[in-house]
Amino acid sequence: MKHTLAVLVENRPGVLTHISGLISRRAYNIESIAASYTEEADTTRITIDVEVDDELQLEQVVNQLSKLIDVIKIVDLTHIDSIHRDLALIKVKASPETRSDIVDIVEIFRAKIVDVNRETMVIELTGEESKIDALCEVLMDYGIIELARTGKIALSRGPIAAKNM
Amino acid sequence: MEILGSDVVIESLRKEGVEVVFGYPGGQVLPLYDALYRMKFPHILARHEQGAVHAADGYARATGKVGVCIATSGPGATNLITGIATAYMDSIPLVAITGQVPVSLIGKDSFQEADVCGITTPITKHNYLVKNLKDLPRVLKEAFYIARTGRPGPVLVDIPKDVFNDKIDYKYPEDVKLRGYSPVFAGDEATIELVLEKMRQAKNPLFFVGGGVNISDTSDLLRRITALTGFPVISSLMGLGCISNDDAAHLGMVGMHGTYAANMATTECDLLLGIGVRFDDRVTGVVKDFAPEAQIVHFDIDPAEINKNIIADIRVVGDLRWSLPLLYEKAVAYDSLEWRNNIQKWLATVNGWKQENPLTYNCSNEVIMPQSVIETVSELTKGDAIIVTDVGQHQMWAAQYYNFVSQRSFLTSGGLGTMGYGLPAAIGAQLGLPEKTVVLFTGDGSIMMNCQEMATAANNDVAVKIIVMNNQVLGMVNQWQRMFYEKRYSHTCLKGHTDFVKLAEAMGVTGLRVTKPSELKATLAEALRIEGPVLVDVWLPNGEDVLPMVPANCRLDEMVLGG
Repeated sequence: MKHTLAVLVENRPGVLTHISGLISRRAYNIESIAASYTEEADTTRITIDVEVDDELQLEQVVNQLSKLIDVIKIVDLTHIDSIHRDLALIKVKASPETRSDIVDIVEIFRAKIVDVNRETMVIELTGEESKIDALCEVLMDYGIIELARTGKIALSRGPIAAKNM
Repeated sequence: MEILGSDVVIESLRKEGVEVVFGYPGGQVLPLYDALYRMKFPHILARHEQGAVHAADGYARATGKVGVCIATSGPGATNLITGIATAYMDSIPLVAITGQVPVSLIGKDSFQEADVCGITTPITKHNYLVKNLKDLPRVLKEAFYIARTGRPGPVLVDIPKDVFNDKIDYKYPEDVKLRGYSPVFAGDEATIELVLEKMRQAKNPLFFVGGGVNISDTSDLLRRITALTGFPVISSLMGLGCISNDDAAHLGMVGMHGTYAANMATTECDLLLGIGVRFDDRVTGVVKDFAPEAQIVHFDIDPAEINKNIIADIRVVGDLRWSLPLLYEKAVAYDSLEWRNNIQKWLATVNGWKQENPLTYNCSNEVIMPQSVIETVSELTKGDAIIVTDVGQHQMWAAQYYNFVSQRSFLTSGGLGTMGYGLPAAIGAQLGLPEKTVVLFTGDGSIMMNCQEMATAANNDVAVKIIVMNNQVLGMVNQWQRMFYEKRYSHTCLKGHTDFVKLAEAMGVTGLRVTKPSELKATLAEALRIEGPVLVDVWLPNGEDVLPMVPANCRLDEMVLGG
């Protein structure tokens, strides 16, 4: 089963090394990891998608991560009403013949075209992982030249912040 | 007044009450060594950085204080790695200070540069690279705090040379402010009530004590609880000494080389109270068959230990200095008779196991049996020595045959199993406890891994007694080859020209040799009597196995017995 953890950590050098080192050392199954600054200058938020066999294994992941000195708080957003998003940039082959088809697809997915030239276009899509997967699958028919994805970030709905949960 | 970064380190060590540091100088720590010199701070010069870190570890284990070691950048720091990993596995409080190339040279593959924080991340409780002197006092304060509180462990502080040479208006912080670190002390009192209830109901209860009791200095409480309840006790390797080995309730060490009684009791108990243990694979054998009849209670300060290897029915998360006094307080509501009434049959069974199959070996008048060496030292020191070991057969024999009577009296690399640990650790322990007799049991394999530290012992007049259990083989691996690899003794024979007596004498350590059983006791007594460091080369037969033994992938009750 997949769990999404919001991990609040000190914004200090070496923090990501400590987190990624622990994950690889304990052989945890991480599907995505995304880190960036937050509303507080001294805090970094890391969103981790982890695949675990059961609750016991999840507890191990959370407890081991919590032991890291730089980890301030961990909130499991899996069963909390929350918004989960990835961002993808997709460079796809687009000839004059296929361009309008691709534009239609982009509209259906509510994606955006952010670059066009004679041979290709770059599409930007924000959404849940499955939506991005679906768009990629359709675009494969036209030929994806390259693809960049951010990894998931997540935020709970409602007024309470993870740091206060 | 402004002082140098190097002097900040020394002043901070003083503020932390550090009495001695172990180390080895080098290019990037020159300013720090200059400060040690100018400020006359006690420093023991090892002969290898690995010796320095193990000595700091032995000092910490024996005294309960934080051990401190120093090494230079690059190779100096990488030579600490084995020692840091050893301390990490056994939860030993250490602060390792390493020099680093100047900030402007970091990342340029400079001379003697290594990414020490990167390398030590998996084997430290925490580490720091201090690029700015203004952070150094706070970092040192945090390093000592993190090392000794909660579940202790090693912390590394990497300091570039220009930070040592910078100047600052020094002030050591009073408090530590760490948002992500607040070690638990008190846990949930209701869990203790629950444990007590289980203890009242249990027919076949068993205490299983580990290194956590040694680390938290709670052996006295444990003894009061076991004396009150009469519950039998088994120990992990790291828990030896927490309860006196000759206590009637003590069944001995459990696990791969555990006693028959301890392993049988584990298999048949209905309540296993694990106290400061981590259910290591050398203890459990096949995990799914470990204590199959038992409800498991797990006392530990580290929540991440719960359910890591063995699923606990009840968890008591908190410092043993909180949980054990509370448990005693509640248990004492019932008197000793009431406790024992419930478990008469179990006590009879357990004592039966103990008497049927005690630890035993074949005595000989021809050759010195290794077990008899341990027994003789035990008798001569009345169990009152600090015993240090290396790793292998001699380590297991020491665990089995020395009569440990007090906590922190057995220093051994349990988790990592580090050959070469013993001699430097013994030196550190002796420096920490100068009044104590410190005896190192080592093998002819292990001693060679850090034999250079005999020079450290001799030059600082550290009176460790080194007993080399010389059987001319790498005994433990040799035993496995005998049992599981059809006697193909691949590279485990050490028979050669090494003369340990001469080696000792060459470095200024008194060397003795004993080859006959009839001379064993007198020679060991002489070694203990002689002032200063002594090495005794004890000639043993090869081919002796450590028994009992639970083969890999077997249950604890499937052990091979000896004698």
